[in-house]
Amino acid sequence: MIIMKSENALELEKINFACETGNYHTFCPISCVAWLYQKIEDSFFLVIGTKTCGYFLQNALGVMIFAEPRYAMAELEEGDISAQLSDYEELKRLCLQIKRDRDPSVIFWIGTCTTEIIKMDLEGIAPKLEAEINLPIVVARANGLDYAFTQGEDTVLAALAQHFPTKSKNYEMGDIELTKHAPLILFGSIPDPVVNQLSLELKKQGIKISGWLPSKRYTELPVIKEGNYVCGVNPFLSRTATTLMRRKKCKLIGAPFPIGPDGTRAWLEKICAVFGVEPSGLKEREEEIWEKLKFYLSLVKGKSVFFMGDNLLEISLARFLIRSGMMVYEIGIPYMDKRYQAAELQLLEKTCKEQQKPIPIIIEKPDNYNQVDRIREIHPDLVITGMAHANPLEARGVNTKWSVEFTFAQIHGFTNSIDILELITRPLRRNQKLERIGGSLYTNFR
Amino acid sequence: MKLAYWMYAGPAHIGTLRISSSFKNVHAIMHAPLGDDYFNVMRSMLERKRDFTPVTASVVDRHVLARGSQEKVVSNISRKDKEEEPDLVVLTPTCTSSILQEDLQNFVNRASFETKSDVLLADVNHYRVNEMQAADRTLEQIVQFYLKKAKKNNTIEKTRTKTPSVNIIGAFNLAFHNQHDISELKRLLSDLNIKINTVIPEGASVQELKNLTKAWFNIVPYREVGLLTAEYLKLNFKMPYVDVTPMGIVETANCIRKIQHILNTNNLNVNFENYIDIQTRFVSQSAWFSRSIDCQNLTGKKAIVFGDSTHSAAMTKILTKEMGINVVWAGTYCKYDKSWFEKEVGGMCDEVIITDDHNLIADLIAKVEPAVIFGTQMERHVGKRLNIPCGVISAPVHIQNFPLSYRPFLGYEGANQIADLIYNSFTLGMEDHLLEIFGGHDTKEVINSSLSNDRHIIWDSEAKLELAKIPGFVRGRIKRNTEKFAQQNKLQRVTLEVMYAAKEAVN
Repeated sequence: MIIMKSENALELEKINFACETGNYHTFCPISCVAWLYQKIEDSFFLVIGTKTCGYFLQNALGVMIFAEPRYAMAELEEGDISAQLSDYEELKRLCLQIKRDRDPSVIFWIGTCTTEIIKMDLEGIAPKLEAEINLPIVVARANGLDYAFTQGEDTVLAALAQHFPTKSKNYEMGDIELTKHAPLILFGSIPDPVVNQLSLELKKQGIKISGWLPSKRYTELPVIKEGNYVCGVNPFLSRTATTLMRRKKCKLIGAPFPIGPDGTRAWLEKICAVFGVEPSGLKEREEEIWEKLKFYLSLVKGKSVFFMGDNLLEISLARFLIRSGMMVYEIGIPYMDKRYQAAELQLLEKTCKEQQKPIPIIIEKPDNYNQVDRIREIHPDLVITGMAHANPLEARGVNTKWSVEFTFAQIHGFTNSIDILELITRPLRRNQKLERIGGSLYTNFR
Repeated sequence: MKLAYWMYAGPAHIGTLRISSSFKNVHAIMHAPLGDDYFNVMRSMLERKRDFTPVTASVVDRHVLARGSQEKVVSNISRKDKEEEPDLVVLTPTCTSSILQEDLQNFVNRASFETKSDVLLADVNHYRVNEMQAADRTLEQIVQFYLKKAKKNNTIEKTRTKTPSVNIIGAFNLAFHNQHDISELKRLLSDLNIKINTVIPEGASVQELKNLTKAWFNIVPYREVGLLTAEYLKLNFKMPYVDVTPMGIVETANCIRKIQHILNTNNLNVNFENYIDIQTRFVSQSAWFSRSIDCQNLTGKKAIVFGDSTHSAAMTKILTKEMGINVVWAGTYCKYDKSWFEKEVGGMCDEVIITDDHNLIADLIAKVEPAVIFGTQMERHVGKRLNIPCGVISAPVHIQNFPLSYRPFLGYEGANQIADLIYNSFTLGMEDHLLEIFGGHDTKEVINSSLSNDRHIIWDSEAKLELAKIPGFVRGRIKRNTEKFAQQNKLQRVTLEVMYAAKEAVN
């Protein structure tokens, strides 16, 4: 059940959606282990895949790899592919080793392209092995056949949602029943400081969060019951939302995402509205934040942005940047869930109208080659893109911002709005300072 | 299944892509799921390349899984043919596509009817070869393809150059200090009056490959990539090759002598001994440096060496033969090259280790407790943990191992660089050790004269916890700023809320 006005679906048609070839660069969704193992402190992530997966993780995660991470590859060998070895026995051997060495409270199995193709029955093996080694195993299929980058987190949280305890020893329902409203559970993995910040903002409105998915520890997963309210903090969590609605019979609060002061306010207001709370001081709070952003706003005003698209944060970021006075040409995005992001799309449209800016085209499954052509044509002031294109574009005099930074930086809530603009303006500020060292073209190639 | 946290060599397709993207105007199309084009990021970031990496993916998604690639691969090849007009398109299988067992050769055949460019299927098995073996094979495959083609069209060069000339095989991207090595090698060869015929594959056009046969001989500086090609050229075109890596004074001399031998068997009476002598004693500083009394202190010091077979073997030889250092064990992760490696370093170290398990290497380092490590980035991190200095001598590497300044490892200048690297690693270790003995640097803990001294500001437990989570190097600053903010706002108590408000205010 999505809580939003029914006529909105029609209004959305005003935004132009297109779909290209899907030839675009993005991170493999298994990259989600990078932030999830840090978020869930008592977890261990086992990526069941090949050398290709391992090589990606070790390169993408850079230095983190050396801090004895709580994740590893179960590297498939030829014998595994040709089914000469028993998947069950092999996984048992590795998981026992992990249990012995690291003693985690839960092991996540991350399925990859290879386990999909050879149809390894991870979901079937897990419950048996779980019972045998006495350790919960959560299976998430975060593979590049089906998903892009941040959607990896979505598959993990959706899997975790099904593992929610219906009864919890640590957290009895008593705590939840104290609230004046129905229990509210937020979903989306964000750093603990941001969790605290968002909790505080809601607390000011008299709204209590009964739990987070994911919690800091697996053993602290909240109890979730039919009729509870849930709300997402990130735009890429549509499977998790669906799982919570369909499997757990929760009510989803469809709100814009708390990114930027405008998004945060809209998010808070929507939650308040659902619980029948009159929001107080939010308008002032938002204005206060905009006031603090003044310096950055003066830098971005009138500048144009092009999102090549790779992490699904694009709509929310574009909406915030338009509200900040920028002009967005194109929003590339790997996957567009118009239902889950409905409120966000609506706010985007509203923002464009208020700012008197054209509504940008949203391109699902973009084609990077065509996009580079379009970038050459319109020459935007800033291109938000992956690292594969950043240096070549810079060499051609195009300012770029590496998109993955938005995934790892703290960007949610009022407090962190400034961090988004800090990231956005960095190339602009940097290149301004470099003006003296000569031209902006560093290649003769097209 | 193997539990793996880290690997020394990448998957096979990375090797193929490194070779194809080193050539000029060659485009690789990976038959791969979304996200496997991570190679583009590495090339763009590590090598700071200014051009777009000529690699695209023909994406394998759920539909491909259900119905096969059908027209997708063929149309992707033709599309690239029109868009970029490459000379060659290399269809690159990945681990995923290997198990799909689609008839990729058939796609290649069909596509090549429609394309102006040549189309090849990289001949690599993902589950049997690694990055380096695949690179070696792909280079051979491309060379073979163009020489056969030239032979058929009768455009192959049949006559040798009048004066001695050479092909350098083994310039390619994402390799350790490769660009500098190749420059140094060119300089060395020009000193010997040998013309460079071609350098492959970096920067070479596949059209030049038919000229390979013009050279008198080939030189392969690295064992990992180029030997197959050199063997092929020897077998089919009777071209001799030099495979002595000119790394270190002694081996550089050996390499030059081997070149001399080849030239002399071609009825050219050359003698490079004088050149070697002058270079060793006066041009290069490293031989003298090893002689100087400062280096006496290094005698018998314990070192361990680990890396790819080329660099690990060369380094072991330098340490023992040129510096008098005791190499406790030397090892390589190139397991397939075991016998060569053992032969090269046998007698140069107490033990030879062949493994690609970084945990084993870490344990062995901890056990031996050497004064210095020469290894890859992985060993550098092991060194950090154990407080042992480490010089990085081999891939896998980080961005800092792609220096802007001239830093060859080969030739006489390379010998200088290596001597510096060795010496600096040791002095740092010695300095550390002395500091420990004498109780560390003379820096008393700086007492923080923060504002909190004047007025008492209390941190509540939640805020304290939050503060503790902030990384150490900025924690002090954040504490000060928060307290300053609290003071300005006449607040006695720092709560979480005050902390965030302070952050907003400061920004």
